[in-house]
Amino acid sequence: MTTTLTAPATGRQGPVAAEPGRLRRALSDSMTLTLRILLYYRHSPGLIAASLAAPLAMLLVFGYIFGSAMQVPGGGSYRAYLMPGLFVLVAVNGVVPSMVGAARDIGRGVTDRLRSMPISRPAALLGQTLADLLVSAVVLAMMVGVGLTTGWRIHDGVPRALAALALLLLFRFVMNWVGIWLGLLVGREDIAGQLSVLVFPIGMVTNVFVPTGGLPAWLRLVAEWNPISAVAAATRELFGNAHPLGADAPWPLRHPVVATLAWSALLLAVVGPLAVRRFTTHGR
Amino acid sequence: MSLPGNDTTRDGPPIVVEGLHKRFGSTHALRGLDLTVPAGTVCGLLGPNGAGKTTAVRVLATLAAPDAGRVRVAGFDVVREADRVRRTIGLAGQHAALDEGITGRDNLHLVGRLHHLGARGARRRADELLDRFGLTEAADRLVRTYSGGMRRRLDLIASLVTRPAVLFLDEPTTGLDPRSRNDIWSTVRELSAEGTTVLLTTQYLDEADQLADDIAVVDHGRVIASGPPERLKATIGTRVEVTLADSGHFATAACVLSALTGGESSLDEAERRIAATTDPDRSVTLPGLIRELDAAGVATLDAALRRPSLDDVFLALTGRTAPEHPAGSGPALERTTR
Repeated sequence: MTTTLTAPATGRQGPVAAEPGRLRRALSDSMTLTLRILLYYRHSPGLIAASLAAPLAMLLVFGYIFGSAMQVPGGGSYRAYLMPGLFVLVAVNGVVPSMVGAARDIGRGVTDRLRSMPISRPAALLGQTLADLLVSAVVLAMMVGVGLTTGWRIHDGVPRALAALALLLLFRFVMNWVGIWLGLLVGREDIAGQLSVLVFPIGMVTNVFVPTGGLPAWLRLVAEWNPISAVAAATRELFGNAHPLGADAPWPLRHPVVATLAWSALLLAVVGPLAVRRFTTHGR
Repeated sequence: MSLPGNDTTRDGPPIVVEGLHKRFGSTHALRGLDLTVPAGTVCGLLGPNGAGKTTAVRVLATLAAPDAGRVRVAGFDVVREADRVRRTIGLAGQHAALDEGITGRDNLHLVGRLHHLGARGARRRADELLDRFGLTEAADRLVRTYSGGMRRRLDLIASLVTRPAVLFLDEPTTGLDPRSRNDIWSTVRELSAEGTTVLLTTQYLDEADQLADDIAVVDHGRVIASGPPERLKATIGTRVEVTLADSGHFATAACVLSALTGGESSLDEAERRIAATTDPDRSVTLPGLIRELDAAGVATLDAALRRPSLDDVFLALTGRTAPEHPAGSGPALERTTR
């Protein structure tokens, strides 16, 4: 395999793409940029605690305050319904650090420095998302711990529970790419910071907090086709938690695992290349 | 002829720019820039904000694509052989492009790894550079805690990790205190002495004067004059400024200054100031000036000879003063040609 990739020995300058070891170098670049983000967290471990703050606050407000007066259609505890939804919010929140980080790098000139170096462009972005994946695995594990101590349970066995967590991490990964693309598009840390407030309402118009059956028809349509609803339904299904559906629930909610995989693939296929292209051509 | 493969540079001048044009939307930032920098020399791109200096550096560093013209760095085309150019150059920009949330040492270490020096090689190189540039003590502190001067120094060092053959410095000292500025200057001198080819942009004539073997004055996206600093300054002449005690002496003073400098004098009635720039081939001394003014019976409050400033260069070269711009607002100087 490597021999066919060797640059021509004579004649014109061989195209850089044909150099051996290019893939290996791209992997090394990804790992270095993963390391870069992990070093951040090492010096600011509080960042991990901070990313737990929002879901914990919502657990308090929705799980214990609103939840005290809520009935889940078909029975069951509201907190058990809410918990997987909060896991999904952790995944959706992946947009924020990626968006703010990408915008900050542009503002500080770090993006230009990286672009002036001989590094693989996709690898540069992949490194950031991989680092976030590691960090969010820790955050999710902590949230699962919180869930288990507040009465939420896994009902369908460990393998399906692990599949649920894998699905959540996949969606977080997709959200990282969305965030990087938006951050590169916006290019300013302060605007990116303002935009991240929007993540909350987008996460609200879903089945994360309440089943969609009782929503007004137009809002219900939006909520049920929101990809986040499919992820939440898939998570509940895999953990064996109740996810009451209206009789006329659309396809993504009736096949949530497949729908989540499809949404993720689609979003990644669109946003990934857009982000790489934006990174490559920024300021050109 | 050079072989393809492992060579990091090719023969010929390390920086060759021919007829470079670059537009950003309706802004015509570069309009046929020509520049050649011989190996091992320092070239100063001098010009006001919005002249196109930063755009030129961005094209040379493969960050921006030229619209027209030929640009070669270390013998490699910046468009077709961008990756080769990137392996040869170092770039330090107007801001310190550093990660604030990690240590100085880690910043250098990461840059080394991204240049594929390997984990150990990158560590060794980082230690070496920190030691050489006197940052070892601060190396394990977060960059967030660094002073402006230290950040800029670390940023410059980060561009040296690969021992680049060609180094681009975009306004390396803008906004720095004099001591930090001197630190950067001596580093540039050392690098140049070691054979690095340096292109730096600056708004300050004295910086170009101190560092550059050749200065290229950039205006409206073109080089309007170039040469060694001495020659450039010699074309400008010295500026003579006199503040009068009595505005009734304006006419007499103007005669004296014209005779002395060979140039026309300009008046500032509110300040009672009169100024003129000498012909390049004349020299004026302060005692000489005072003597002549005394002899003509002109009472002066203040008289001064000023070294040529960027404004003077501009006045001499373009017949207008260098426009002032707030930093970062480029386009005001530019006007689209239709």
